[in-house]
Amino acid sequence: MKKNVIIIGAGHAGIQAAASLREEGFEGSICIFSEDADFPYQKPPLSKGYLDGSQQKNSIMFRSEAWYENNQVELKLGELVDKVDVSQNTVYATSGVYTFDFLVFATGAYNRALPIPVTGEDQPLYLRTMNDSDYLKVALDQENVQDILVIGGGFIGLEIAAYAAKSGKKVTVVEYQPRLMQRVLPPMLSEHFAAKHKAYGVDLRMGVGVQALNQDSRWNASLSTGETVAADQVVVGIGVLPSQNLAEQAGIKCSNGIEVNEYCETSAAGIYAIGDCALHPNPFAGGGMVRLESVQNAVDQAKAIASTICGKPMSYHQVPWFWTHQYNLKLQMAGLSEGYDQLIVRGDVEGDKFSVFYFKNNQLIAVDSINKPADHLQARKWIQASYTPDVQKLADDSIKLNEC
Amino acid sequence: MPQITYIDSDGNKHQVELPLGATIMEGAVQNDIKGIIAECGGSCMCATCHCYIGEEYLDKLPEMEEEEDEMLEGAVAPRTERSRLGCQVRISNALDGLVVEIPQEQ
Repeated sequence: MKKNVIIIGAGHAGIQAAASLREEGFEGSICIFSEDADFPYQKPPLSKGYLDGSQQKNSIMFRSEAWYENNQVELKLGELVDKVDVSQNTVYATSGVYTFDFLVFATGAYNRALPIPVTGEDQPLYLRTMNDSDYLKVALDQENVQDILVIGGGFIGLEIAAYAAKSGKKVTVVEYQPRLMQRVLPPMLSEHFAAKHKAYGVDLRMGVGVQALNQDSRWNASLSTGETVAADQVVVGIGVLPSQNLAEQAGIKCSNGIEVNEYCETSAAGIYAIGDCALHPNPFAGGGMVRLESVQNAVDQAKAIASTICGKPMSYHQVPWFWTHQYNLKLQMAGLSEGYDQLIVRGDVEGDKFSVFYFKNNQLIAVDSINKPADHLQARKWIQASYTPDVQKLADDSIKLNEC
Repeated sequence: MPQITYIDSDGNKHQVELPLGATIMEGAVQNDIKGIIAECGGSCMCATCHCYIGEEYLDKLPEMEEEEDEMLEGAVAPRTERSRLGCQVRISNALDGLVVEIPQEQ
């Protein structure tokens, strides 16, 4: 008898899982539930090319409608899953009860909400969905909206700040940590990005918290320094939390994410979790349990579980990579730099074209590249292969990277 | 609309019509052409939409930016003078009749 798969979530993880299952020759039915009513689309452009108008709606769709039809991938869009029953292998959704042989949580993450009092008629803006991005663009592009307050100096907040600043708005970024993107970048790169934002007139307030937001005729934010910042719009990007409620209620083990083993299988047999929601052991984090919010992680975990479901068990062991795009700075990150004890800078820092190589116990663990895509691709190959280049050669720009 | 022929990574031919302004990568993804992965969604970040452009159209393509040039150096399949990243080539009327070959590996 043919087995069937239910996938919850239609982001990179969910769609790739369906695509890889078909590529692996899976013949059973595949059904994807998505809370989002929009046809499945990619999220990274929502704060980048889609926001600035350089990418249109149809160019951020994963696949054409014909693809889902031809590959017999059923989409249930705008449909909530209310409950998963592990003992009965069933999913309770708005339109009925469905049974599965395999279940895949590709539920992603949701925005962390501001934990402070907010008063006034409107709410500050958040970005998660295409709808949010459309709304954000309209709100920010209005002529009478000049002062923008961005709360959160991480990727999303800063990408939005860059868009607003480039459009001629007066932008203030408030970040609770002492520097930008602190969680993932070393001080040197935080400063490099900070300098770029300042050059575009962005007012950066680091190590500062927002204690209350009050909307009158305008927004007023009370800061931990005692100051007040007035703004016409407030955008919040203070991180995400894993969407794990359904799994938790089904009795599946969760903590900071849905816990999975190296095959992305949860504590319940035949039930997998992939992408932003999955807390997984990662060889590039020294085997520690991590949760990664990235396209790479979503796509590669999806490929692994598709292979496993098709009877060819594949563990997940792909080098993590990420990117952000702010102004002319394209930052590509390969590997996880946390815990590094040595770094080497190579290239033209002033000219915004360089890479930072991170080592731990004399082993290359990560490389961050700014406008150096070739370095990034080389780094991914090296880290995947556990290769460590010669540090002396690396520090010498006259020696080609692939000869280090 | 300009007509484009893709030869996918298995060697199968697909003739499709693409709207002006779409990229070769988008055309491949929307038409389910095997071999174009486009992991980064067209941001010139991943070099997984590497393709070989029909010789007679090479001079009709938009010029290659330094970034694309560097990414191609890191592509998995061998780079030739016909190599481009599909996400960086937009369809114009001049490309009507173009044949695009997809390498076996990305």
